[in-house]
Amino acid sequence: MKFRRLIGSPAGRPLKDPYLETRLFRSRIVTGFALLLLVVAGLMLRYFWLQVIQHEKFSAQSNNNQVKLVPVAPNRGLIYDRRGRPIAENRPAYRLEIVPEKVADIEQIFAALGALVELPEDARQRFDKDRLRYRSFDAVPIKFNLNEEEVARFAVDRHRYPGVDVVPYLARHYPYKELLTHALGYVGRIDENDLATVDPVNYRASTHIGKSGIEKQYEARLHGRSGMEKVETNVQGRVIQVLERQDPQHGDDLVLALDIAVQQAAWAALGDRPGSVVAINPNDGSVLAMVSKPAFDPNPFVYGISAAAYQAILDAPGQALFNRAIQGSFEPGSTLKPFVGLAALEEGVATRDRRVFSSGKFFLPGVSRPYRDWNERGHGWVNIESALEISVNSYFYQLALDLGIDRMHDFLAQFGFGQITGVDVPGEAAGILPSRAWKRERFKQPWYPGETVIAGIGQGFNVVTPLQLAVALATLVNGGQRFEPRLLYAAKQPGDQRAQRIWAPVGGQVPVRDAENWQAVQQGLRRVIHGPAGTARALLPLDGYEMAGKSGTAQVVQMSQDQDKQSSDVAANLRHHALFIAYAPFDKPAIVVAVVVEHGGGGSREAAPVARSVIDAWLAQEPE
Amino acid sequence: MIRRLLPAWISWPRLDWSLLAALMLLLGLGLLVLYSASGEDPDVVLRQAMRIGIGLLALITLSLIPPHILRAWSPWLYAIGLGLLAATWVMGEGKGADRWLDFGVVRFQPSEVMKLALPMVLAWFFHPRSLPPNLQMTAIAFVLLIAPALLIARQPDLGTALLVGISGCIVIFLAGLKWRWIAGLVGLAALAMPGLWMVMHEYQKNRVLTFLDPSSDPLGTGWNIIQSKIAVGSGGWTGKGWLHGTQSRLEYIPERHTDFILAVLSEEFGLLGVGLLLLAYVFIIGRCLYISSLAKDTFSRLLAGSLAFTFAVYVLVNAGMVSGLLPVVGVPLPLVSYGGTSIVTLLAGFGMLMSVYGHRRFMR
Repeated sequence: MKFRRLIGSPAGRPLKDPYLETRLFRSRIVTGFALLLLVVAGLMLRYFWLQVIQHEKFSAQSNNNQVKLVPVAPNRGLIYDRRGRPIAENRPAYRLEIVPEKVADIEQIFAALGALVELPEDARQRFDKDRLRYRSFDAVPIKFNLNEEEVARFAVDRHRYPGVDVVPYLARHYPYKELLTHALGYVGRIDENDLATVDPVNYRASTHIGKSGIEKQYEARLHGRSGMEKVETNVQGRVIQVLERQDPQHGDDLVLALDIAVQQAAWAALGDRPGSVVAINPNDGSVLAMVSKPAFDPNPFVYGISAAAYQAILDAPGQALFNRAIQGSFEPGSTLKPFVGLAALEEGVATRDRRVFSSGKFFLPGVSRPYRDWNERGHGWVNIESALEISVNSYFYQLALDLGIDRMHDFLAQFGFGQITGVDVPGEAAGILPSRAWKRERFKQPWYPGETVIAGIGQGFNVVTPLQLAVALATLVNGGQRFEPRLLYAAKQPGDQRAQRIWAPVGGQVPVRDAENWQAVQQGLRRVIHGPAGTARALLPLDGYEMAGKSGTAQVVQMSQDQDKQSSDVAANLRHHALFIAYAPFDKPAIVVAVVVEHGGGGSREAAPVARSVIDAWLAQEPE
Repeated sequence: MIRRLLPAWISWPRLDWSLLAALMLLLGLGLLVLYSASGEDPDVVLRQAMRIGIGLLALITLSLIPPHILRAWSPWLYAIGLGLLAATWVMGEGKGADRWLDFGVVRFQPSEVMKLALPMVLAWFFHPRSLPPNLQMTAIAFVLLIAPALLIARQPDLGTALLVGISGCIVIFLAGLKWRWIAGLVGLAALAMPGLWMVMHEYQKNRVLTFLDPSSDPLGTGWNIIQSKIAVGSGGWTGKGWLHGTQSRLEYIPERHTDFILAVLSEEFGLLGVGLLLLAYVFIIGRCLYISSLAKDTFSRLLAGSLAFTFAVYVLVNAGMVSGLLPVVGVPLPLVSYGGTSIVTLLAGFGMLMSVYGHRRFMR
């Protein structure tokens, strides 16, 4: 009852005064409403402050919020062989990217993504390194070339990973795989070393850069100029629409002088043997084929090769990463003889008619140890042509001795020996063309006459690359014009109707004192194949053309002169390298070939057929 | 015929047409902004329109019920409201905070009921008593006020608890609480602040802290305030145009179709839009206060006046929050924000006001 009195009923209370209460209520209403109007006025001031006074500032912030400048990667230029076959293409692919600033827990996201897609084992470390070179709120790629299943799996779960996205891009692809690797090279992920060599702004959107071969050499041409997109993004950073676009300029399309058919012929002819083939057009210095075996498929390198796969390439016999065509160091052996012979003729120490007697053994005055011919019984009297035809060592021992090492060095240097050829594939080795000065510098020792003798047959200190041999022979057959060999044949810039021919520069001209001297040497080389006693006459018959060449055998292990050089019972890795240089057709040379078959044995038997296959492949084709 | 089937106290609706027109205008404007804020999602607009329909039905129904009946229901509604709040304690569910009661078909927030029930019960309490209230009455009124406020704060929903508490304070203020006592209570509240801070949840503290310095956490809790201010500020005089607010379209504004819908409106319609909106609100509030002044009995005028001022508080708190003047408390912009129970409760409240208006000549 007490409760009822307290709450529910006015009993025992003062009577209500309606008039007073109405007045009290109205005054409270008026007070409240006045207060309300005051606060509303204050609010309007606040909105006026934000929307008018500070409008500029917030407008700018709003624009910054939504508008982003995004660099657009240019499409890398395509590469074709000389007959227009694509040898480096761009294929649509997908990559996985992370915007680190939008991911709360990087470790966790990597763990989660690892379950969705197969991440490379070094993805985590790689990411830490990569993100340093990206600006904040830029996406950092963590995996390239996702397969369709991975793309689909991520698409389903995409909403669960803010800051992670799968984006389409164009992936470099090399359809001929290992066939062209050593010439063409490949592209790979950009690293800090690469960035030092390029304009970082132009590469902001790019993920790959030429790492070797043509791809590295012509990186600037192939890459193109990156473009810009002004895009509107939502709060997750996803692009809503493109407001403005400055198109990227795609890279130049390149046409290489390489001919896939010739390249394949060389590849096939080498078979399983490690070795190298270089073919050059002696008339313009363009490189028709450049093979180094073994090679490797460059495609895994493009999207990030696994450590295990890389180790497998390293562990495989034959050093697949090594480009023998330009880096291989081979003793030239008898393939140097035509150049030594020409040196003697042009320097006037021998005439074309000069004859030397071969007894099987050649002695230096006062030295009891003989220098041998390959035929123990000797070859009798020989001149320049027959000495080349049957590869008579004694003849060239004598010429070398008469020339002296320094004159020999100076003359041969004009053919490009002992220096890089300047080919447009990076990483070339210079080889060695010995001289007194060179030996003094290198070994702090005087030159001995015996070293001159063996230098006459390309032994001793001489070291050449297959490319150098090809360039030297091209110089010999084209009248002394030494080209810097070029793989690049033509380039098509954006906007060009057709590719513009690019010519190999001339590195030097060997003075021709007497053209007949040059013809004599060439005749000698023709007789190597077509002569009755030619060392490579086993190549006959040829398909309607004449060929000239010279075999060589390079020693792998320095054997005593007395030891039997027959290779049959020597272990394969101790067998000599087989060399052969050749050109054809004899009367109008169109191709020069240099072949090295490692541990092949005799040059005529093992390397000459390879050279012939390459020449056949080139000459069999329709002229362009 | 029908007339005879209904109880005698049911009368034909006598609506305040100018208030109804202002409400309809505001609701229409709300749907327009909602269409933009939802990313042009007609489903969202349709659902909101349906709720408005339910709300209008409630409005008309309540306008038919004379105030003395409403008064008779008041203590019961209050008791039910308290009971439901207690029930959320036991069986509530919701996003991190157990504000929702799920009855299978209907899901609603019992605190919404309290938004009406508390002013009603206080008006009912003061109605038979001589005003201004004496100390005893004031103390009892505060007990009636604090019980639901504490239950709501526990959910935890500090914003609603404060608003419900404020709606009660408004009734006590309108009842004529002496100014001296008001000053004393305000001082007491100020002293209680540190205590309140102690019992606040971490996220509530964060909201207050980031309100004081939004840049301290630009990607976290400060984000809402920063992005909302950018949206408002970038609107300028006339705004970016309907459907062209980039902050909203690109989803930079958080809660853009609920609590921050005013940011969308400010961005797309500029200061002009905000001014017109506030004008509409002021008109509605003024009209309601006018209705309350017409009422002849204490219950009617206290209920009408407190509903009008509570409505005003919602508007001011929301507009203050969106413009960064107040911390982020979960208060929707009344009649405009997307949200089920809020709009129905509000329209039901206006229904009671209509009832007060319609029955002003028949007061006892």
